[in-house]
Amino acid sequence: MKNKNGEIGKAKSRLTALEKVTGSAKYAAEYNVPDLLYGYIVNSSVTKGKITALDETAVRGIPGVVDVLSHNNRPSLPWFDVMYSDMDAPPGSPFKPFYDNEIKYDRQPIALVVADSFETARYAAAQLKVTYETEDFDVDLRKNLDDARDPSKGLATLIKPLPPSPKGDFAKAYGEAAATYDGDFRHGTEHHNPMEMHATTTVYEGEGKLTIYDKTQGTNNSQIYVSNVFGLSYSDVRVLAPYVGGSFGSGLRPQYQLFVCVMAALHLKRNVRVSLDRKQMYTFGHRPQTVMKARFGADAAGKVTAMHHKAVAETSRFEDYNEVVVNWGNILYPAQNTLLEYQLVPLDTYTPIDMRAPGGSTGMHAVETAMDALAYDLKIDPLEFRLRNYAERDVSEDKPFSSKELRECYRQGAEKFGWAERKPEPRSMKRGNRLVGYGMSSGIWDVIALPARAEAIFTKAGKFIVKSAVNDSGQGSYTVMTQIAAEQFGISTEEMTFEYGDSEHPLSPIQGGSYTTGVVGSAVKAACKVLKEELFKKAKRLKNSPFADSEEDAIYFRDGKIYAADDDTVFVNLTDIFQNEKEDKISVTKSNVPNPLKLKQYTRAAHSAAFVEVEVDEQLGTVNVTRAVTAVAAGNIINPKTARSQILGGMVWGISKALREETLTDFKTGRYVNPNLAEYHLPVHADIHDLDVIFVEEKDEIINELGAKGVGEIGLVSMAPAIANAIFHATGRRMTEFPIHFEDLVL
Amino acid sequence: MNNFNYLRADDTEHAVALIGKETNSRFLAGGTNLIDRWKYNLTHPDTLIDLANIEELHQITETENGGLRLGAMAGNADTAYHPLVKKRYPLLKNTILAGASAQIRNAATNGGNLMQRTRCYYYYDHESPCNKRNPGSGCPATEGHNRLHAVIGHSENCIATHPSDMCIALAALDAVVQVTGAEGNRSIPFTEFHRLPGNNPSKDNTLRPGELITSIDLPAEGFAENYSYLKLRDRNSYAFALVSVATGLRLKDSKIEKANIAVGGIAHKPWRVQEAEDFLKNKRPDRDNFAQAAEIIMDGAEGFEHNAFKIPLTKRAIIRNGMMALNPQETQRPGAGPSR
Ligand SMILES: Cc1cc2nc3c(=O)[nH]c(=O)nc-3n(C[C@H](O)[C@H](O)[C@H](O)COP(=O)(O)OP(=O)(O)OC[C@H]3O[C@@H](n4cnc5c(N)ncnc54)[C@H](O)[C@@H]3O)c2cc1C
Repeated sequence: MKNKNGEIGKAKSRLTALEKVTGSAKYAAEYNVPDLLYGYIVNSSVTKGKITALDETAVRGIPGVVDVLSHNNRPSLPWFDVMYSDMDAPPGSPFKPFYDNEIKYDRQPIALVVADSFETARYAAAQLKVTYETEDFDVDLRKNLDDARDPSKGLATLIKPLPPSPKGDFAKAYGEAAATYDGDFRHGTEHHNPMEMHATTTVYEGEGKLTIYDKTQGTNNSQIYVSNVFGLSYSDVRVLAPYVGGSFGSGLRPQYQLFVCVMAALHLKRNVRVSLDRKQMYTFGHRPQTVMKARFGADAAGKVTAMHHKAVAETSRFEDYNEVVVNWGNILYPAQNTLLEYQLVPLDTYTPIDMRAPGGSTGMHAVETAMDALAYDLKIDPLEFRLRNYAERDVSEDKPFSSKELRECYRQGAEKFGWAERKPEPRSMKRGNRLVGYGMSSGIWDVIALPARAEAIFTKAGKFIVKSAVNDSGQGSYTVMTQIAAEQFGISTEEMTFEYGDSEHPLSPIQGGSYTTGVVGSAVKAACKVLKEELFKKAKRLKNSPFADSEEDAIYFRDGKIYAADDDTVFVNLTDIFQNEKEDKISVTKSNVPNPLKLKQYTRAAHSAAFVEVEVDEQLGTVNVTRAVTAVAAGNIINPKTARSQILGGMVWGISKALREETLTDFKTGRYVNPNLAEYHLPVHADIHDLDVIFVEEKDEIINELGAKGVGEIGLVSMAPAIANAIFHATGRRMTEFPIHFEDLVL
Repeated sequence: MNNFNYLRADDTEHAVALIGKETNSRFLAGGTNLIDRWKYNLTHPDTLIDLANIEELHQITETENGGLRLGAMAGNADTAYHPLVKKRYPLLKNTILAGASAQIRNAATNGGNLMQRTRCYYYYDHESPCNKRNPGSGCPATEGHNRLHAVIGHSENCIATHPSDMCIALAALDAVVQVTGAEGNRSIPFTEFHRLPGNNPSKDNTLRPGELITSIDLPAEGFAENYSYLKLRDRNSYAFALVSVATGLRLKDSKIEKANIAVGGIAHKPWRVQEAEDFLKNKRPDRDNFAQAAEIIMDGAEGFEHNAFKIPLTKRAIIRNGMMALNPQETQRPGAGPSR
């Protein structure tokens, strides 16, 4: 009876589903506080240069306009870069909105018009007359590859490590290989396009005190940023983000609407809201343009011996954004001669920012294409080829895996998909006018460990409450945290209250990197454990306590009681504890502090295998992903339903990455030309067919308290390369540019 | 978005009178294009004249010559699902349903569909030069991103395309646009309604200032036996055509008696070439003949950096669509993608 409830592992719907589908869930731009002012941001219309004049006359003459803020009249601000740094800032000098008259990138924010209605602010903003002096700029990665250089090191490169040093002798091994592949790859810019656009509502509480509703992936991150930039004490800045309508990385750093909104609120001593429109959602971080080269060699027995993977990516001129693009191949496939390189080209754009599966979804395209090509060349089944190169140990770092059930992913995925039906020759499978192709790919994503804190509370009224500053941008963290906490006390999720998305709660890292479940979940579990110890201690001290002499292993918690492990009739009601208490609640706060020495000994990663069927109408150049199976090994799956949704979302994104989305840049004007959802093509229902997800059993006692690896990104990593490989099987053509379009197939 | 006056017209005469009187005024139909462009700062009307109350414009009625009159204010969805359209003009139904989204088709009207403007990125960016929006300012598309753009009938001043699906069927069906204005009523053959950019790309069509579209009239022949619409686009729904083809065939003794072929996504107007249709007359409806017709249709085509692929793609689409038209029951599906 001990695990009557067993909330961990239960397929639960999101606890916030009703609020979300009925519209009662409030997002950052929906807090209608009294006397609210509305700010609309004016963006630069040139890509580089200087503002020589701002004519505000027309704007200020419009009834309802309260103020115009720009570099000309902004309040004084700190000068040091460090004050603008946030928890996710890459090495460099963070962008400072309205700092001076310099234009660093196209559509940079340059002024804020504040008015008594959104419509007035937007209309007035269009009347601002700006004069510029323009300068030459470069936004084309491929034309500036000569400027490629190594990225600067910093905090970011600790979490997202630079490539390992070369190993063995690549040139020799490649020269001697029985089969080789040499390919050049190109990925364009992409933007996150969350449903909810970035917005901030700042409530001016009086002398230096602010309550801020922000669209962010880290309430503490926004809090620290605002406090530092505006010289406020942390305790005076409260940031709330209980609902976030998707972010995919765009909320990892405080975005400029937060800055200008807080600036206006402090300056005017009023409540202010600033929300971005869809076009403005293309004026900050993005997935960087990247070009890659992959040269792989294998011996006649089908072992990969040589591996060269080089990536050159775009960054801004002010920060060195980096991501892990080239490290994955050698973790997956144990080649002994490797050359892994990663460089940056600074361009006149905003700094890129992590976008779902940053680096991995880019790099794995080259790795898995090269692997696939070698398999065809050697006439070995692509799945068999990967099995022959299965890494029992991570040779790139010479470490064991903390756990790795990729082999089981291959086996179960292939079986469910029907991989055995595949005919080996390209162009050999047909359906009517269409060529049919089967393709597969491995996937890998690392498991990050970070500290986090949580508070666990039991009240006199018998309520359990757990608190963390973490937020939930839609993936189900709130539900999962509630499950983890409920499990500890043997109660249902409905009986557990999880309070989150508030910077006043115990510190949480920014939510991202697929680590939230493992990191914050472990803190939640740790806090609950300490609360249990505390409650048990108090239960023992009760008059006539049946547990006076019991040890912890002789009892368990269930339904608000402590039971004797061997006798259901012996128990203590937890609320009885308050007979001896002065307070009306018992509260403990606990950190989950990972042990770096232990963790460092292992390579910690989630794995996946994707199997994809495509139909290609070669005459017309249309591609449809008709079915796909992704098998995932990600440790303990806390909630199979929300986890499945994450993998499905990743698979849909894989379809998008391979076949649909791209931000088009006009290199002559420096401008993104399709900043809207009509022309930035995300997949629609008609693009999505039969998708299936398998979770493979995997135990991991190293990574964290929960043995949970996280599932936010792993579903995306393997999907796009599998599609490219399936198109090869269908057509005999290698797809090295994403997204793949008509022109890649009909020309 | 500026403040504006909002007026309602009681009947067509009233509408024409109001538009003549109010400066910088526009007719408002479904608003799905006009309001969109307004919010993008591309247009700033001072007065809107809503046509919603003009009852006769909403009607779909049979005409004396056996055709069908589609009121200018009849909705795109209502038109597609009208029993007579489904039965006699399934080509029109399919083109309408291949466009936009269910929500937009519900709001959009037939008159508005004809009048919708190009989706050229540079036209849509009010800060960019554009000869269509701001005559004489230049055309960045010729040297910029031109994947969506025209490969035929373009001029050095403008390489924009007309984005409509519905209009491709209307062109293929030999529809006639009925208009009324201060100077009375006119009938404009559909293929003469839209125009090529030439030296004056700001003008999309031959409607005179202040004229109101009252209906679009379909002739009796609807090609309900042998028709097909094929739309090629960047995703399977909710994207404008890169290339689309509407084909109607009249067959007799396994030969083509009449072939009407209109192509979308490649020019400033629905593209129809009489010589190609004449060529097909009395020929067998097979790949070779459609291929030769495709060559004639695309004669003189000239692509740009990102859209040259449209030329071979259009030819293949014309061939495939011709073959699909032989067997519409098997090949025509909602969404108008290529059949298996
Ligand atoms: C995101 C999106 C995707 C779309 N995708 C497609 C697609 O794939 N295929 C496609 O074909 N279309 C597509 N459309 C366009 C859609 O079909 C048009 O917006 C719609 O048909 C316009 O009709 P409306 O009634 O809303 O016109 P309105 O916006 O009301 O009017 C458009 C113009 O026509 C004028 N006008 C309206 N009625 C008359 C009249 N009776 N006489 C004279 N002038 C008149 C107005 O003054 C205005 O200038 C899409 C639109 C959107 C927003």
